[in-house]
Amino acid sequence: MKLINLVVLPIIVPLFIGTVLLLFRKSLLAQRALGLFGAAATLVVSLFLLAKVAEDGIQVVTLGSWAAPYGISLVSDMLSILLVATASLLTLLVLWYSVYSLGEKRELSFFYPATLFMLTGINGAFTTGDIFNLFVFFEVFLMASYVLIALGGERIQLRESMKYIIVNVVAAALFVITIGYLYSITGTLNMADLAVKLGDIGSMGVISTVAIMFLVVFGIKAGIFPLYFWLPGSYYAPPLPVLALFGALLTKVGIYSITRVYTLIFTTDVAFTHDMLMMLAIATILFGSIGALAYMDVKKIIIYNIVIAVGVILFGVAAFNEVAVTGSVLYLIHDMLVKALLFLMIGVLIFITGKTNLREMGGLIRHYPVLGWTYLVAVFALAGIPPLSGFAGKILILQGGLEGGFVWQSIVVALSTMVVLLSAIRIFIYAFWGAEKSFNSPPKAKYVNRMIPVVILFVITMGYGVFIEFLMPLFQATGTQLMDSSLYIDAVLGGEK
Amino acid sequence: MEIMMAILAGFLFSAATYLILSKSLLRIIIGTGLLSHGTHLLLLTMGGLGGKSAPVVADGVTVADYVDPLPQALILTAIVISFGVTAFALVLAYRTYQEIGTDNMDYMKGRGEID
Repeated sequence: MKLINLVVLPIIVPLFIGTVLLLFRKSLLAQRALGLFGAAATLVVSLFLLAKVAEDGIQVVTLGSWAAPYGISLVSDMLSILLVATASLLTLLVLWYSVYSLGEKRELSFFYPATLFMLTGINGAFTTGDIFNLFVFFEVFLMASYVLIALGGERIQLRESMKYIIVNVVAAALFVITIGYLYSITGTLNMADLAVKLGDIGSMGVISTVAIMFLVVFGIKAGIFPLYFWLPGSYYAPPLPVLALFGALLTKVGIYSITRVYTLIFTTDVAFTHDMLMMLAIATILFGSIGALAYMDVKKIIIYNIVIAVGVILFGVAAFNEVAVTGSVLYLIHDMLVKALLFLMIGVLIFITGKTNLREMGGLIRHYPVLGWTYLVAVFALAGIPPLSGFAGKILILQGGLEGGFVWQSIVVALSTMVVLLSAIRIFIYAFWGAEKSFNSPPKAKYVNRMIPVVILFVITMGYGVFIEFLMPLFQATGTQLMDSSLYIDAVLGGEK
Repeated sequence: MEIMMAILAGFLFSAATYLILSKSLLRIIIGTGLLSHGTHLLLLTMGGLGGKSAPVVADGVTVADYVDPLPQALILTAIVISFGVTAFALVLAYRTYQEIGTDNMDYMKGRGEID
């Protein structure tokens, strides 16, 4: 079977099903069934595409068959398809979880279409090979995320979503300005073509300026220091399933974009641009660590752990050698899985206790052993204790960092593991150990319902760690493709048969 | 001409920054509108302002006469997006005003905790 346009499917499947869902806004059953079906269908097509990319190399579709630098290219290399597949998987599981936890009023307020539109934007941003098209897909998923963050219309949500929108509108304006500068220098917007043109121009002050502007634009999305100021407040507001989606997917689009432009396009002045990225990554880890230790609120602790992980992943990108970049990709996928898992577990925890402050919890292990012990193992995975999923990525990142000569920076990254472990294990100690405190023991059936997707995601995350050896060829191919940009360029510009 | 456009875009940016930093929600939204106007103007200027005729193949028109069509396509896309976002922000601002009872950002402080 010849499927030339397979690359487009992870983008248009959720878009199409989301549009259909808008027609059935009154029927809860249709919303749930079609919403889950949409996410599942996206997952299936992205797994197909993953197999295809793993077998045949980078897949390219130029829309409308306009040849590469003129038309818009959609490019699926290993990095993008791995992220697309993970994003689709997490959306499916989080939607499953929200069926039991979100409440009918919110479910009928366009929750499922908005989530599918957000998946459209995210998959599009991961796939596109055109820098302006990247901006458009950013806006697509941001628009959906505006709807999701305000969904339900509680006081705190309205207050925080206003700030979230303003921050993102300013970031979007900055993004367009940066694209304008880049266009005036090179006269092209195709990423592969940009890489060629900038490679010919070589090192130049104005190009480094544009590179740093891109770092600012994507850094606001990714939540790097000092641009993460909006993140803890805004992510705190929406209901838990939405928080899980945001925490697992949205910041990762920013990280992906930084990785893409800093490995493909801006590679001429590595000493300046990547050193800048390195410093910011280390600062991100430090400030995220302070935040994670400072709060006694379960949501806040995990939210600040997002910031730490952003720093660790970007450290690997900034070290800019094949081992470190491979490690970053490994850790990126791990972080998406484990953050979604932790947020869903926190969701169950908050559902059981009715509180978010750790000081008011205690002694849950006797009543909810499954949640307690899976949470403990998930925390070990988050911190990267072998053989769990965080370990393989982190050790490659550290190895790459040391090979690149970033010794004290690598030590900071290694020490951040301790902070991660300490901050997350505090939730276990306070909430599950100790004297039993009052909690509104909900019906057992509701608890079991919520635990099913959580346990499935738990098994997948553990499998990702234990069986990483079998997946390693995929990640090694990713590292090779990222460090050897000629593979990407040839696939886009030379691949027209 | 390019200099004029650059100054105009800069003026719009400074006005937008002033408005976004003010306390009233409505002024902030108008500020984001001005910000996107400045951005579009900048984008238009970045493509170069020369060109005499539309980029369509016709008799007696050479490539040198063409105006660069790409920035115009980009601006069109960006205008549509900023229109949608502004409309959404206005509705949300109205709902926020109804729910919280103020449009003053000073009363919307907080790091996410429920007040």
